[in-house]
Amino acid sequence: MTTGLYGAYGGRYVPETLIPALDELAAAWDEAREDPAFRAELHHLLTSVGGRPTPLTLAERFAPGQRLYLKREDLLHTGAHKLNNTLGQALLARRLGKRRIVAETGAGQHGVATATVCARFGFECVVYMGAEDLERQAPNVKRMHLLGAEVRTVDFGTKTLREATSEAIRDWITNVETTHYLIGSCVGPHPYPEIVRELQAVIGHEAREQFLEAEGRLPEVAVACVGGGSNAIGLFAGFLDDSDVQLVGVEAHDAASLGTGRTGVLHGARSSLLADEDGQVLDAHSIAAGLDYPGVGPEHAFLRDSGRAEYVNATDAEARAAFERLARTEGIIPALEPAHALARVAELDAELVLLCLSGRGDKDL
Amino acid sequence: MIAGRMKTLVVYLMAGRETPDLVEAAVEGGADIVELGFPFSDPLADGPVIRRAAERALAEGMRTEACLDCLARARERVDVPLVPMTYASLLEAYGYERFDADARSAGATSLIVADLPVDEHPELHRVQLVAPTSTDERIALAAENTDGWLYLVTVTGTTGARDGLSPLLAGLVERARAATDARLYAGFGISTPDHARDAAELADGVVVGTRALEVAEDGPAALRDYVRSLAKMVH
Repeated sequence: MTTGLYGAYGGRYVPETLIPALDELAAAWDEAREDPAFRAELHHLLTSVGGRPTPLTLAERFAPGQRLYLKREDLLHTGAHKLNNTLGQALLARRLGKRRIVAETGAGQHGVATATVCARFGFECVVYMGAEDLERQAPNVKRMHLLGAEVRTVDFGTKTLREATSEAIRDWITNVETTHYLIGSCVGPHPYPEIVRELQAVIGHEAREQFLEAEGRLPEVAVACVGGGSNAIGLFAGFLDDSDVQLVGVEAHDAASLGTGRTGVLHGARSSLLADEDGQVLDAHSIAAGLDYPGVGPEHAFLRDSGRAEYVNATDAEARAAFERLARTEGIIPALEPAHALARVAELDAELVLLCLSGRGDKDL
Repeated sequence: MIAGRMKTLVVYLMAGRETPDLVEAAVEGGADIVELGFPFSDPLADGPVIRRAAERALAEGMRTEACLDCLARARERVDVPLVPMTYASLLEAYGYERFDADARSAGATSLIVADLPVDEHPELHRVQLVAPTSTDERIALAAENTDGWLYLVTVTGTTGARDGLSPLLAGLVERARAATDARLYAGFGISTPDHARDAAELADGVVVGTRALEVAEDGPAALRDYVRSLAKMVH
């Protein structure tokens, strides 16, 4: 019997060594989410440390003729939505009695958010990062070091998020008795996709209320970039039951796990991924390190198949142009990841648009 | 050695063009079972040596069809059980039932899937793995579903040589014995004849992979000698 399935996707495709830890994590999560003290502490951290709620900003000059609202996760502490997840998982790690944290990072935003909570909770922190990403996201490496994390370079394969994730999981297999794996996206074996989605759902729930307040109605479209898919699933979570709200995910053109992928198994879950006909995983490519990943969260594969969400893509050049345009028209420098979502806004057949601006672009300068 | 209490030596080799020669050499050296690695691009259970061997095998074109062909050619050379060891993504792509059927008709006697715990695809009859972290319940479940023998992962960790035999093996053997009469073969971290002897004293057999791959790079004769040095201690 398999657990944690989103339709045909999800599951636990990991070595047996990890199964008891996943059972333990699932039990702790089920208990925590029903525990008012956990919820209160998380809310307190999200507001007093994170700076929530993050505002909605109307971007009139960027999107003339539309009412485009940006959900400003770039204004969250550490500069991206990743902190929503790391704060929650740090509380879970503490409940589990684990004081060593391992994580993977691509753009470095999840690494920084993990290092931040580890500093605050007094946890040992090891972050795996591909050699190519270390180079292109150097400011975030400096931040992780300053926050006391050990950054381990992964220099095989594509030297990006894909191998960093594999190495983080191998570390977890080796140190599972003492270590919590703080995964950064809605990927991985059950219960991780569910945990990350629920911890990021604050984006969508807040944005729904804020949008109603601003416009007196819901957006026609909610759009977000998709790498592993955590900011998108967090945004979508606020609108899944609102069938009139169209959900759009934007992948990087050469990392379109949903657009051009096939069903396969990577990093512990069955999902849609870039793979060849033999099930060997293919290289992804993106200017945005956070989207440069051949897999995607299983719930996105499910939402694609069910038709509830639609997934499109943007090229490196389109993302770069949107990045510059938002800076010039709104005075906001976005990360290259949400710049992919920004690149598709003008073509949406909608006036009222909500977009998750998942992070800020200082790292990409 | 009393009949029925003979210990078993399992040797892991990566599928490749030269592998049928290596399988024959391993069997000449005393291997009782050969595991044949079907390489996967992202092998979570493997340390650097087997991961790199998989990368090389894929670079030389060892995709599923080529691996099945390698298996069939090894089958022509030896009579011992041959067991493909691979990852779920290959079976997803090829089809679980089809993979099982084609592997068996190419000469496989069973199958090991490193990232397919007993709960996933229980219909696929295969050798199950248990680890030091497995609960007694999970050991019982794995034993109930396993195909012939039970693979005891001696360490919490990935494949690869260790300095000494894992202190966790004794406890795992004891718990597995309480759950099942199936034969118990210990693997992960066993590389020297001394490790093999110590592990075989506890379990019913040992699996050697990483070190065998390293020795196999020096050719069939070197592999035969190495396997012989293990077999002397195990049998």
